Amino acid sequence: MPLRDEVGPYFGEYGGRFVPESLIAALDELDAAYQAARVDPVFQAELAQLHATYTGRPSIITEVPRFAEHAGGARIILKREDLNHTGSHKINNVLGQALVAKRLGKTRLIAETGAGQHGVATATAAALFGMECVVYMGEVDTERQALNVARMRLLGATVIPVISGSRTLKDAINEALRDWVANVDTTHYLLGTVAGPAPFPVMVRDFHKIIGDEAREQVLALTGKLPDAVTACVGGGSNAMGIFHAFLDDADVALYGYEAAGEGHLTKRHAATLTRGRPGVLHGTRSYLLQDEDGQTVESHSISAGLDYPGIGPEHAWLHDIGRATYLPITDDEAMQAMRLLSLTEGIIPAIESAHALAGTIKLGKELGPDAVILVNLSGRGDKDMETAGKYFDILDTEALEAEISEPAPDGARGDNA
Amino acid sequence: MSRVEEVIAARKAAGSGALVGYLPAGFPDLQTSIEAAVALAENGVDVIEFGLPYSDPVMDGVVIQAATQKALSNGFRLKHGIEAVAAITSRVDVPVLVMTYWNPVVQFGVDRFADELLAAGGAGMITPDLVPDEARDWLAASDRTGLDRVFLAAPSSSAPRLHQAVEKSRGFVYAVSTMGITGARADVDTAARSLVGRLRTAGATSTCVGIGISTPEQVREVFEYADGAIVGSLLVKALADGGVDAVAKAAAHLATAK
Repeated sequence: MPLRDEVGPYFGEYGGRFVPESLIAALDELDAAYQAARVDPVFQAELAQLHATYTGRPSIITEVPRFAEHAGGARIILKREDLNHTGSHKINNVLGQALVAKRLGKTRLIAETGAGQHGVATATAAALFGMECVVYMGEVDTERQALNVARMRLLGATVIPVISGSRTLKDAINEALRDWVANVDTTHYLLGTVAGPAPFPVMVRDFHKIIGDEAREQVLALTGKLPDAVTACVGGGSNAMGIFHAFLDDADVALYGYEAAGEGHLTKRHAATLTRGRPGVLHGTRSYLLQDEDGQTVESHSISAGLDYPGIGPEHAWLHDIGRATYLPITDDEAMQAMRLLSLTEGIIPAIESAHALAGTIKLGKELGPDAVILVNLSGRGDKDMETAGKYFDILDTEALEAEISEPAPDGARGDNA
Repeated sequence: MSRVEEVIAARKAAGSGALVGYLPAGFPDLQTSIEAAVALAENGVDVIEFGLPYSDPVMDGVVIQAATQKALSNGFRLKHGIEAVAAITSRVDVPVLVMTYWNPVVQFGVDRFADELLAAGGAGMITPDLVPDEARDWLAASDRTGLDRVFLAAPSSSAPRLHQAVEKSRGFVYAVSTMGITGARADVDTAARSLVGRLRTAGATSTCVGIGISTPEQVREVFEYADGAIVGSLLVKALADGGVDAVAKAAAHLATAK
């Protein structure tokens, strides 16, 4: 069977539904609605219309020769998901799921978010469709991604800082699952990555596979052949699955996923799930995860909130085990240097998440040499990361910023609608 | 008939129902959690549900989350949970079911876990995030060892799923009273009554209702239509606020409903 035809609920030994019985009916209902939608021309036309008139698809590709000089001279082509409305690939999945939720008669969307990109995208869809929106975000992440919190609130969403557990993405998912168990009649849990219980891994992948479908045609048109390698960053793995999928059965196209190695994958502070984890069950799915001997989830670390997750989607676990894709660790510093390099050489500021893919591509380009063509999924833009980058490179005029902050805000401007 | 089933049947024969009490292992420390579980048994609790702390407890509300988080930060390990089961069962005759999320069991090894739980005198396992559909290894291990396996049934479960829960469960079926997570509620949902009715139609002879139950009145009400009532958060809160004495008192108060 072609690898592209795998539709779950299991990918090899990974996937499944490890959730409380209370959620099974909702997952069955969602699966039925999704299966109907994917073959319904009305649904597909509605989604295509949104892609064309709202998201801004197809996203372009950009060749980056000045950046490529630092990557062994290989031809490097970026798939520009950063140019999508809301600034990342996340909108592809969000619009698809929101349409499915509408078909199910749900009036309320809930979501987890790490970097805030998925939360912003979900809040955007909720605003567009007139639905209520609640976003769970680890308290730690609300602090390092304050700008995205403001964006979500401006879009009318309620942002709930999660103070349980490690107060990051994994705990935001726990809170969203608890909310869903209690409110499943009215609420759709708009999961933001290719993890979670079936049908999420397949459904989310399907809504993102447009990335690879477009890019495959675009690279063929530009270069006359398929790329030698396709690269992407991997946290939960949605942008990577989105771009990998079109190439799964192209045996000559190598696939590389770059995990966040934080301060180094051999230290205790990383999020390199496939490099350092082992199979287990988390958040409703069987896959690799970072865990201790007893199966307690271990806290992950990455400078990029969007990759700071101790699990990974089951399809990636499967592609890893069968050797179809290669997953390698990239440290915080490697990613930050790649972020700066792309900014300086091409005038494109990537999200720190996507900068992991760029850092990996620099190494890969040096290995493959100048004849290689590498397609990189530039999954998001870096606007949200300016505070982190400003501090990291010490280019933030902190005195001016502090002066601005110390001025009293106008009434209500700092109100918390949580 | 398993021991848990016998206990429940005996309470039913007495014209009442079984009181199931939940407490987590290792909270506030391992020894106190053992003493507290013993106190449950000595104050009218018929079946102990002994929870193993887990880092990502999606079925639990804030009270149990806080307790299990504390146990973990105190260094709780799975082997401590099994040691505690052995300590409890050596002192009291009440059956002890372990309540655990699935990943710790997977990592311990399903067969090894079953063997050690059996050796410790444990009666079986309640699995909040493992549905029978995904439970092949546990079905085999529980059949091999004779341990009870308690699966959950929810108000949202379809008739075929309720049938499956009844067919695959041993000990009792855990009827989730309301669509939500653990924690005291003023009203135990009327959905519970209808769920238990549907479980009976599906062939259930041993059904306990849990989630949200915290008063003797609620326990009495559940006994009208079900075979047992499960109380958790109230007991955990008593232990957190007033130690083993408070747990003993809370259990005795609940047992007035029997």
